[in-house]
Amino acid sequence: MKARVHVMLKNGVLDPQGEAVRHALGSLGFGGVEKVRQGKVIELDLAETDEAAARDTVTAMCEKLLANTVIESYSVELI
Amino acid sequence: MHAAVIVFPGSNCDRDLAVALEKAGAKVSMVWHKDTDMPHGVDFIGVPGGFSFGDYLRCGAIAANSPICRSVKAHAERGGYVFGVCNGFQILTETGLLPGVLLRNAALKYICKPVGLRVETSDSIYTGGYAKGQVITVPIAHHDGNYNVDAENLARLKAEDRIAFTYTDNPNGSVADIAGVLSENRRVLGMMPHPERMAEALHGNAEGATLFAHAVNQLVHA
Repeated sequence: MKARVHVMLKNGVLDPQGEAVRHALGSLGFGGVEKVRQGKVIELDLAETDEAAARDTVTAMCEKLLANTVIESYSVELI
Repeated sequence: MHAAVIVFPGSNCDRDLAVALEKAGAKVSMVWHKDTDMPHGVDFIGVPGGFSFGDYLRCGAIAANSPICRSVKAHAERGGYVFGVCNGFQILTETGLLPGVLLRNAALKYICKPVGLRVETSDSIYTGGYAKGQVITVPIAHHDGNYNVDAENLARLKAEDRIAFTYTDNPNGSVADIAGVLSENRRVLGMMPHPERMAEALHGNAEGATLFAHAVNQLVHA
């Protein structure tokens, strides 16, 4: 089973990289981009075949390592 | 006084930190990240600057989960002294020993230059050799030194006098100009600037040496 984890900065945490991307888009002529937030996607190949167990394990991985929950939120998608 | 300096793959200020501690009179042991235990009788642990594990995932995140870091945490939880500089500060926030997090610099640039630091408290073994309000010059060298902490924890840091140093001219966007913070028991300090790089006349000045001299002296007489 594969899992895909999305890690994003929480709302309210300034994202200077997202801001830089927004500026660059503006200078390329893409108007009307009001906000850009940049995050990470992490894909995992798991030996686990049970969906509920996989979700629990990946959630634990996010809490312990994949995300810093002080500033980041995460979501887990099983594929 | 026996100090340990942790060495991760990608650490690059470990020798500088060891030399500064030795000059202050400490006996120093270098400890590899795969070790699980500290050498017997260690009073003080230094977590050096650098780019541990290539800053993969997040700065300090992989190091914070390395075998030796369990021992660093246990040492701190027993009331031991831990001092993290630059990447060491990032690692200490990732382990949860210090509050907050270090984000990418507000201007997205790596900054390497001497900065003015104001000593905000002299109530710790690290800052006791300075006068409160004293300004010292110490270099920074980081890409991710933008200290961020939520409003509740910031209020606590202020109320408990745990902000050790602030920048006189904020270079990286850190909240409340914070350059270094202390733990609740004042025995863990993390700071982005490098006092070990301003520790002898040859470096330009020796204002950083006061930190090491005072810390070592306090522990020798403890």
